[in-house]
Amino acid sequence: MPLEIDYEKIGLKVGLEIHQQLDTSAKLFCNCKPELFKEEPEITFLRRLRPTQSELGQIDPAAYFEFQKGVKILYEANTATSCLVEMDEEPPHPLNMEAVEIVLAAALMMKAKPVDEIHVMRKTVIDGSNTTGFQRTCVIALNGEVKTGKKIVPIQYVSLEEDAARKMGEEEGDIIRYRIDRLGIPLIEVATAPVINSPKEAGEVALAIGRILRATGKVKRGLGTIRQDLNISIPNGAIIEIKGVQELELLRFVVEYEVQRQLNLLKISDELGKSEVKEEDIKEEFFDVTEIFKQTKCKVVHKALDRNQRVFAVKLPKFKGFLKRELVPNFRLGTEMAYRARFWGRVGGIFHTDELPAYGITAEEVEELRKAVKADEHDAIVFVADNPENAKDALKAVVERAREAIKGVPEETRAPNPDGTTHYMRPRPGAARMYPETDIPPVQITEDYIKQIGSRLPELPEQKLQRLMKEYRLNQKLAKQILDSEHGELFETIVKESRVSPTTVAVFLTETLKALKRDGIQIEKVSENQIREIFKSINAGELTKETIPDMVVWLSKHENKSVQEAVNSLGLKIISEDELRVFVEKVVVDNRELIQERGEDSFGILMGIIMRDLRGKVNAALASKVLKEKLKEFME
Amino acid sequence: MSEKKEFLGYKGEVLETIKKAEAEIGDIIRVTKNEEVYEGILIPRSEYGDEKHVVIKLRSGYNIGIRITPNTKIEKIGKGAKPAFAPTSSPEQNPKLPKVAIISTGGTIASRVDYRTGAVRPALTASDLYSVVPELANIARIDAQILLSLFSENIIPKHWTEIAKAVAKQIAEGVDGVLIAHGTDTMGYTAAALSFALQNLPVPVILVGSQRSADRPSSDAATNLIGAVTAAAKAPFAEVALAMHETPSDTSITLHKGTKVRKCHTSRRDTFKSVNAQLIAKVENHKVTMLIEDYRKRDPSRKLVLKPEFDEKVALIKSYPGMNPAVIDWCVENAYRGIVLEGTGLGHVGRYCFEAIRSAVKHDIVVAMTSQCIWGRVNMNVYDQGRDLLALGVIPLEDMLSETAVVKLMWIFGQTRDMEEAKKLLKTNIVGEFSPRTLPEKSGE
Ligand SMILES: [Zn+2]
Repeated sequence: MPLEIDYEKIGLKVGLEIHQQLDTSAKLFCNCKPELFKEEPEITFLRRLRPTQSELGQIDPAAYFEFQKGVKILYEANTATSCLVEMDEEPPHPLNMEAVEIVLAAALMMKAKPVDEIHVMRKTVIDGSNTTGFQRTCVIALNGEVKTGKKIVPIQYVSLEEDAARKMGEEEGDIIRYRIDRLGIPLIEVATAPVINSPKEAGEVALAIGRILRATGKVKRGLGTIRQDLNISIPNGAIIEIKGVQELELLRFVVEYEVQRQLNLLKISDELGKSEVKEEDIKEEFFDVTEIFKQTKCKVVHKALDRNQRVFAVKLPKFKGFLKRELVPNFRLGTEMAYRARFWGRVGGIFHTDELPAYGITAEEVEELRKAVKADEHDAIVFVADNPENAKDALKAVVERAREAIKGVPEETRAPNPDGTTHYMRPRPGAARMYPETDIPPVQITEDYIKQIGSRLPELPEQKLQRLMKEYRLNQKLAKQILDSEHGELFETIVKESRVSPTTVAVFLTETLKALKRDGIQIEKVSENQIREIFKSINAGELTKETIPDMVVWLSKHENKSVQEAVNSLGLKIISEDELRVFVEKVVVDNRELIQERGEDSFGILMGIIMRDLRGKVNAALASKVLKEKLKEFME
Repeated sequence: MSEKKEFLGYKGEVLETIKKAEAEIGDIIRVTKNEEVYEGILIPRSEYGDEKHVVIKLRSGYNIGIRITPNTKIEKIGKGAKPAFAPTSSPEQNPKLPKVAIISTGGTIASRVDYRTGAVRPALTASDLYSVVPELANIARIDAQILLSLFSENIIPKHWTEIAKAVAKQIAEGVDGVLIAHGTDTMGYTAAALSFALQNLPVPVILVGSQRSADRPSSDAATNLIGAVTAAAKAPFAEVALAMHETPSDTSITLHKGTKVRKCHTSRRDTFKSVNAQLIAKVENHKVTMLIEDYRKRDPSRKLVLKPEFDEKVALIKSYPGMNPAVIDWCVENAYRGIVLEGTGLGHVGRYCFEAIRSAVKHDIVVAMTSQCIWGRVNMNVYDQGRDLLALGVIPLEDMLSETAVVKLMWIFGQTRDMEEAKKLLKTNIVGEFSPRTLPEKSGE
């Protein structure tokens, strides 16, 4: 658990950018289906992206670096999900107006002001995730707000952009594989002002925005359809951009850990300052120490030497002990350096003396190493085994990171780890990277058009909450759960087409499903239609509501089987009233001694016997009624 | 940029409002309308934009359009910094490398973006090219020249003459290869024209273009340029060739024979195809691989024969069901010297055009036949219709592309006005415009 911190006091500022895929019938700039494919690709092609120069000769340093390294991108596609537009072999078609309308509706719900004319821009991104080398994006509305509790959080802009290609992996020879099925799926982006002051609030704001987006009824749901970016800063620290948090629950931890990380980095900077080490003391002087490891027991180094690679080392003066300092759980200053080295040097990892001897590296080898780089007991040494070019690039990155540790917190773009901690992703991109998409004509938004969309806005989350409570008599807790659940629409559909009580349906769609999921049941394998059918069967008196969990479990384990097959397989078919009467009569006769002894008090025991044998096959109320009748008959 | 105030693209009312605010492109302005306030850099407006909106770039980098109404106020709140073209330093030219002349005609093969206003400016000088495509410095010493600045659809035969002369001049100065940067739409025509105009070449002449504009990171321009410069500098052949992507991938550049190449796709990178002919060569990883054995070898001592004249009085007429033969009559009335009929199938036009064709031939117009099938060879001996056309005096052009045919006729009439001589030249295979054999592979893909 992160430390207890008074976030207000330390001056935390967080801004959010929420991205969610829109549920349109086609992509944003072509008529392809906005879907992904799992099969092998039908089409592949290889490209290089070249950083374009700006008038001022500025280029994104990370981008240029990647380019110089000769990075190539292998794109994968199939014809069902991509056409020449995604391949950047055909100019984009005009903006998909279905998507524009969804974003306008969401924007109006957040009281944002639509622009009069939409201009699509190109945002330079040359990591390969866009075949063009830029992401197409446009502002649809400005200056809105969302409310969480008493706080009003300003929305700076609501925009519409194309989703990027999916990274599938990296190959030998500096080839990165991307799949372009996702490229071009419309995304809404909602950006808040950096006014969020605590981790908890970050989660609340994201939830409030998410509720509005869901309320449009036109956003995609499920894993990978929502991505949250954060910018987080504290005074004396730096603005850190964290990209691509997928789970809402993770947001608060991401913020907590980031604050903790920055505070720890500031502490390190402070202590390094006291040791009087200067940035210029850390030199880009790399020693070839391959000889020391000729007989090493360390597998990683050994393997590298087998491939004729070399070991290079650099001295970090006065850094002893700092590399093993934990910034956040399981993440040390040395880990930060390792990520930098991987990015800039494309190496597998680094070794440093704060963690040695270990990994098969002996104390003698460390001693030799100290001598070779002329390090004393206050210094740390970092070394890498790879080809000389990569090794040196990696150590350069380590040196740069060490210098930054003296200064404090470096500005970076980071990516989340599954536990909410983050790692280095790339340097923050420069500001000058947007220019107009001249292939797409501007779209004028008239006042009439806005009025039209405004007149048929979906209800706001707050209104919906009240309606759920009033119309379906749900208590507030259940109503809120339905509001935030993926199944809000399904709930109302089921309630409308069956007479099962809304509370039963709501409990099933929220608590029961959650409990099943906790038990490891893959509930996502059960379709909404199957759930609807289960409730229809209950409505028709063919199933009892007690059987729902069993049904769901069975269906989740038997994909592509029908509800009817589940009923048959589980033997859950309701018995007829006549059959019930025969059964009850037999129970009464079998237990006549008990009835004679206890009279009406035997009801509970008898009911227990009946329900034990007929569970799921009979409606309990009906069974009770029949038993009462039979008891009465018998006793008369 | 000039000293004059610039209002690129703005017209009418909006222009008046901007002028009143004394703002110009690049200045920071504040637009106030119905209590909403927008601040940003004034951005040029597209020529085709309406007269009601002003476009600004917000601090976030996004552009938005704001409709100007009677109660909209524009104020200038900051002077824009003029985009300064940072001078690029030319790298050391390696004297051991071959010398390549690059002649620009308007296809931008390299450009820079002004992120402030979104303007894209071509990079055309040698030092620009080196800075945008640094790999070039390791391939050749480059001499760059801007001859024309035209969209390729605006290039006409007199420009072919200019280009041919410019190439001849460079060759006379002893370059190891010439490169012509050209818009792709009519690059195939220019390639054919130069094939006829520049005969007996001592070094390669390579045309190059791009299908994705050079201002985008995914542009094919740099890869094409590198491939083309490599071919111009190192290829063993001395022919007019066109260099473009082989596939949608950035891996290989193919070199097509100037008289046998056609643009076959509106937008793909591999739009150019060799039709009824084999590719000359391929450039991959900075290496040229020859794909044919029979070609004119590079030989700097060979003497170029320059024949740069063209005559525009030639028409290309596509036959289609219901075509009005008056189109042919019009050519006769306007004293055209040649007509290329792009017939159907093996080389046919409807019988309803025969009278007009007969009249054209009688008026000493050279009438020739190609096929709109694009791939394959015309053969007018198979059907009566074809035999009748031959009897009318129509000249079948074998497997020649219609585009090459019209260029060739224009070139012929630039050389001679003698009808018999013209017909003889038309039937002669001068620079490989005919292939003697049609091979079974390759039909487009
Ligand atoms: Zn598509």
